[in-house]
Amino acid sequence: MGLIYDRDTCTGCMLCPKACNFGAIEKDGDKVKFDLDKCVLCGSCEEVCPVDAIKIERKKVDANEIAQYKNVFVFCETHEGRLRSVALELVTKGRELADKLGEKLVAILIGNDIEEHAQTLIYHGADHVLVVEGKIFTDYTTDAYTIAMTSLIAPRKPAIVLYGATNNGRDLAPRIAARLALGLTADCTGLEIDEARQLVQTRPAFGGNIMAEIISPYTRPQMATVRPNVFKPGEPDTSRKGEIEKVNIEVSPIQVRTRVTEKVSEIVEGMKSVEEADIIVCSGRGIKDPANLELPKQLAKLLDAAIGGSRPIVDMGWLPPTQQVGQSGRTVCPKLYFALGISGAIQHQIGMSSSDIIVAINKDPEAPIFSIADFGIVGDLFTVLPEVIAEVKRVLDSR
Amino acid sequence: MVKIVVPVKQVPEVTEVRMNEETGTLIRDGVPSILNPFDELAVEAAIQLKEKHGGEVTIITMGPPQAKDALLKALAMGGDRAVHLTDRAFAGADTWATALTLAEYIRKEEFDIVICGKQAIDGDTAQVGPELAELLGVPQICYVQKLALSEDGKQVIAQRGTDEGHEVVKAKLPVLLTATKGLNEPRLPNIMGIMKAKQKPFVEVNIEKLGTDPSRLGLKGSPTQVRKVFAPEKKKGGIKIDADNPAAAAKQLVEFLTKKGAI
Ligand SMILES: Cc1cc2nc3c(=O)[nH]c(=O)nc-3n(C[C@H](O)[C@H](O)[C@H](O)COP(=O)(O)OP(=O)(O)OC[C@H]3O[C@@H](n4cnc5c(N)ncnc54)[C@H](O)[C@@H]3O)c2cc1C
Ligand SMILES: Nc1ncnc2c1ncn2[C@@H]1O[C@H](COP(=O)(O)O)[C@@H](O)[C@H]1O
Repeated sequence: MGLIYDRDTCTGCMLCPKACNFGAIEKDGDKVKFDLDKCVLCGSCEEVCPVDAIKIERKKVDANEIAQYKNVFVFCETHEGRLRSVALELVTKGRELADKLGEKLVAILIGNDIEEHAQTLIYHGADHVLVVEGKIFTDYTTDAYTIAMTSLIAPRKPAIVLYGATNNGRDLAPRIAARLALGLTADCTGLEIDEARQLVQTRPAFGGNIMAEIISPYTRPQMATVRPNVFKPGEPDTSRKGEIEKVNIEVSPIQVRTRVTEKVSEIVEGMKSVEEADIIVCSGRGIKDPANLELPKQLAKLLDAAIGGSRPIVDMGWLPPTQQVGQSGRTVCPKLYFALGISGAIQHQIGMSSSDIIVAINKDPEAPIFSIADFGIVGDLFTVLPEVIAEVKRVLDSR
Repeated sequence: MVKIVVPVKQVPEVTEVRMNEETGTLIRDGVPSILNPFDELAVEAAIQLKEKHGGEVTIITMGPPQAKDALLKALAMGGDRAVHLTDRAFAGADTWATALTLAEYIRKEEFDIVICGKQAIDGDTAQVGPELAELLGVPQICYVQKLALSEDGKQVIAQRGTDEGHEVVKAKLPVLLTATKGLNEPRLPNIMGIMKAKQKPFVEVNIEKLGTDPSRLGLKGSPTQVRKVFAPEKKKGGIKIDADNPAAAAKQLVEFLTKKGAI
């Protein structure tokens, strides 16, 4: 594997430095030179070179071996018996990928007393549901779930396995990847099948400042964790039929090397989850004082919305961590998002920019949030918000 | 006595990394390099355990020659010795190849606890920790917010962040942990620390010393491949009004939202 450059054939046309995303090609006299520390062998230069002076030697893809891997698997996480919303998002997206490949969509349920969800998964697009039940799977543990997943994947040879990028999904998937010596792409926000039937995985990197497209050409299955709330779940179709298969997997307690001794929910009673709400009222440092949160709370109550906060608000303890929106908090995509006194730093935007409608109130006309807001009001939130609340009340009352 | 290994990564200050929109290339020149902030939490946690129970803290990185700065910073904070895995053959590694390279070295050491950062802020994958745990054959506890050793020093008791809150998890040593926000406040190295850091044991390890088949490492050994990078699509701003008359502005907003069917 490596890059071979034939300097004699090169005509110095300078197409390749422009094609290189990584700044690895520089002009060198009337030809070019390569910085192999920056090069990732993506092949863009090889593609544009009109005289074939650049050749990238790759590992051989064993097409026969790869062809043995078929079907799309999705790991459908449950929590205390409940199906996580990301599971339906994965099944919907997985259905689309399986259709493009002309293959089956297989959903995996692991837990204790969770079989009832199998039918829901079929209604949302699964052809086949593998149900693994047992007491040992009641609480998530890395060891028990890794054994179950690898026992399913290894003999059944799927082409693709997807996981939700939840705390547990991101704990589990890399463990499986390492056990099976597979590539894994973290926290994807885009998934496509290309003309070579490969899974093209798009994800943000460098704090969301750039996007990268990643493939796993040599190994199967191709595995990815998928960011929650990016793909929308489809409507259930109750006429869909599918097969439910119970799989018995024995895990003995000594194989599980960690023990969960206590589980604590930090979700505040009456505080709606930002991930599941259709409307979010989110406050930033512009709110100035925790007592002022009464104002956004009033609006949220009227609209049956969730209350959110930017990082500084959560860091100061004015709202619980479960309500933080952004890169180090939750990713949300509600139908309506209010950004109140939020500047709209890139780390905040990453978590909310795919909301359907964004409303911003900020007194700084230059605040970056306005560059993504569908409706922006430049002004003091303490004078504007009470008017908005009054107007919303009036409109709702008149219905 | 606990033997602790802390894998750290030198990362660019990500908020300053941008795309050159014209050429579509990453602008990394002039972007300062720092010790990954989550790894500072890991180093601090290791030092605190050592201060309480005695032992040794080894800092390890796989990276280019300049990554030495990240190791020196961790030594200045209080690490005891450093290992720098550096060779052209390691370059371009994805998380799998990174974890493999680290595992090939750490496996030869005696260790009780490995503490990684939750994630490196350049790639944000949070995968190297769990992959390393698997390759070392030890259990993992990810997203640790609180940490203690049991009285007999044979078990860790960790509070782990979950999507709903947290859980308390126990595991016998050896174990791998990943450190997240809230675990501690990393100390700033003082002048004495910085001076001492340069005298502490420091080994460089290249591909020959590591003794691993080069085809398994670096870009060659990586199952994933970056095909393209591009600037994220920007959502365009829409209506923007001044709130000279707050009541009128509110009315306009609510009309807009009603028309869109949002409320
Ligand atoms: C690794 C990393 C991860 C991060 N993760 C997150 C994350 O998950 N979520 C997150 O939100 N941030 C995150 N951040 C922080 C982020 O960079 C910003 O610092 C943060 O989002 C700013 O919050 P803010 O908009 O509330 O505060 P500020 O940037 O201080 O903005 C306050 C805004 O309020 C406006 N304002 C003030 N008074 C009024 C008033 N009376 N009326 C109207 N407007 C007013 C001001 O004009 C200003 O625009 C992260 C940063 C890093 C480095
Ligand atoms: N090149 C590296 N050298 C040493 N440790 C690393 C390296 N890359 C990642 N790590 C460790 O793995 C953690 C997670 O990184 P990542 O999976 O890249 O997000 C980091 O916080 C480090 O502790």
